[in-house]
Amino acid sequence: MDQLRTVEGRAFPLGRKNVDTDVIIPAHYLKTISRIGLGKGAFETVRAEPGNVFDDPEYAGSPILIAGDNFGCGSSREHAAWALNDMGIKAVIAPSFSDIFSGNAFKNGILTVVLPQEAVDRLLEVAKTDPIAIDLEHCSVTTPFQDRFEFEIDSFRRNCLMKGLDEIGLTLAMDSKISAYETRLATERSWLSA
Amino acid sequence: MSTKPTSNKPRTLYEKIWDAHVVDRRDDGTCLIYIDRHLVHEVTSPQAFEGLRVAGRTVRRPDLTLAVPDHNLPTTPRRAADGSRLPIADLESAQQLAALESNAPEFGIRYIDATAPEQGIVHVVGPEQGFSQPGTTIVCGDSHTSCHGGIGALAFGIGTSEVEHVLATQTLLLKQSKTMEIRVDGKLGFGVSPKDVILAIIGRIGAAGGTGYVIEYTGNVFREMSVEGRLTVSNMSIEGGARAGLIAPDETVFAYLEGRPMAPKGAEWDKAVAWWKTLPSDPGAVYDKVVIIDAAEISPSVTWGTSPEDVVPITGVVPDPDSFADPSKQEAARKSLAYMGLTPGMRMVDVPLEHIFIGSCTNSRIEDLRAAAAVAKGRKVSSRIKQALVVPGSGLVKLQAEAEGLDRIFLDAGFEWREPGCSMCLAMNPDKVPPGERCASTSNRNFVGRQGPGSRTHLLSPEMAAAAAINGHLSDVRDMMGGR
Ligand code: SF4
Repeated sequence: MDQLRTVEGRAFPLGRKNVDTDVIIPAHYLKTISRIGLGKGAFETVRAEPGNVFDDPEYAGSPILIAGDNFGCGSSREHAAWALNDMGIKAVIAPSFSDIFSGNAFKNGILTVVLPQEAVDRLLEVAKTDPIAIDLEHCSVTTPFQDRFEFEIDSFRRNCLMKGLDEIGLTLAMDSKISAYETRLATERSWLSA
Repeated sequence: MSTKPTSNKPRTLYEKIWDAHVVDRRDDGTCLIYIDRHLVHEVTSPQAFEGLRVAGRTVRRPDLTLAVPDHNLPTTPRRAADGSRLPIADLESAQQLAALESNAPEFGIRYIDATAPEQGIVHVVGPEQGFSQPGTTIVCGDSHTSCHGGIGALAFGIGTSEVEHVLATQTLLLKQSKTMEIRVDGKLGFGVSPKDVILAIIGRIGAAGGTGYVIEYTGNVFREMSVEGRLTVSNMSIEGGARAGLIAPDETVFAYLEGRPMAPKGAEWDKAVAWWKTLPSDPGAVYDKVVIIDAAEISPSVTWGTSPEDVVPITGVVPDPDSFADPSKQEAARKSLAYMGLTPGMRMVDVPLEHIFIGSCTNSRIEDLRAAAAVAKGRKVSSRIKQALVVPGSGLVKLQAEAEGLDRIFLDAGFEWREPGCSMCLAMNPDKVPPGERCASTSNRNFVGRQGPGSRTHLLSPEMAAAAAINGHLSDVRDMMGGR
């Protein structure tokens, strides 16, 4: 997974609350055998609205999404995180997230930033015209207008994101322990290896 | 590794298997657990393999991994008369099958082809091939992996991210579960099958009763049960909310496994058996919870609702939702009855049927087919039944049944005799129950829409399913077994 220390750029000012995973990626895209390419189905119902932020050339390619309360609620589908990843989104800012979604986002290297509603409102305003910057090292979000908002994040998750470690990568980092176990296994329960 | 105790405290079977698989223990109690056996099928694996490919990772232990397609294969013939393979009409299913067919060789994993005699439902194939063994940790991207607990393995279902994690690392990060003993002692009544035993257990503890626990089934009823019966019981542990179920391995299991293709041979066999014999729970081992059931109280049973806990004896009636103490259960029961099209007080034996499904990883082994055939023999499927399917759990079960003439019994009675696979258990393949129609099914889930949108499912044993097929309505199989 890519290391994530800072995310800088324009942000999709979506703003709305209770964006569920069915809005992020509708069920009929789940028949895929790949986690790549889901970006084209992302926010399909929002994109059907004229003047939506996702089809506005102003925001094309933005690495940040700003939303309202309870982002990612609904079904536990990991496809929601895969879809955001495929769109090139590296961080989502919202006043709150569903637990399952933030877990899935983390597993896929996406940063979820929780900020109070007033801060989110200010960022939504700035995002319409200017870029914003997220600094994971200092746990802050800043704008070109001297705004600075600090956020909290689980230190384990922060460390993993900054080092680009996914859960598999973390376990693979314990290779010596797994190998030692396998060596003992090969003698003590030798019948298990084909 | 050895099932080395951390103290001299007597340990349960579960604790011994757990201790033997701890690679690393963290401060918060989470353990990195080694996985001995990984079963892979076509539905939950494509994104896991893709994840490996994207990250440039390999499968750590292809030798501990076995892939076989089962979920969405059609159960109609897979080869044309000229021997060529027939295509799968459903595009999504065909894609998933093709993905597994190419992923397996790419990552060096053993693969059982859709047309091989060894092909079948993962949970039938594992024990049948001797791949599943006592004291192992077994995972698969399917919740009924708990099945393999019937031979004394710690086995549970996992999601796609975990499938990828196991492929890459052969481990999983887990928290230890609590233990629940479910003891059934006494003599099972005439016509009472292992399926009735597990349905009665789920009826007693509830669909969430086992949440947070691993169940160990103890008592003479399980000791005297065949391996096939034990697999049926453990299979449905997940329907009682438990992540896994276990039955202590014994001579019955050893005799079942000996000589199977992937079972240990020669000196390795002796070494394995010696270790397996150390696994049963120590005298005095303490469980977090104990449930005791008298075998004599268990009757041939069926479900009436849309949760596997909605169980009544076949001699019973559809319950009145008001009879439940819990208001949320009253509400759930009302919804269930509306969906199922049943009214309180109706006798279960009066419930008419349109479909019969004998199959699934719960009840598609040779003993199940023998039990159903014994009832079907010399009889005819009722004219009100639109479709009666018998779907063997594997190609080898099918061949064995054919060698015993069971296929003829079923065909003569008017059942269809199909190719192995998950079939009507989950309606991901062409075998579906149409909306509003009713099926007596030997599978494990009676959820809303499980056998197809709007389908109505009554879970029961294979012999009860056969009896239902003959009569065209739910029936007490004991009346067709010559009484006592
Ligand atoms: S038969 Fe049903 S429960 Fe068993 S593996 Fe197949 S889909 Fe899962």
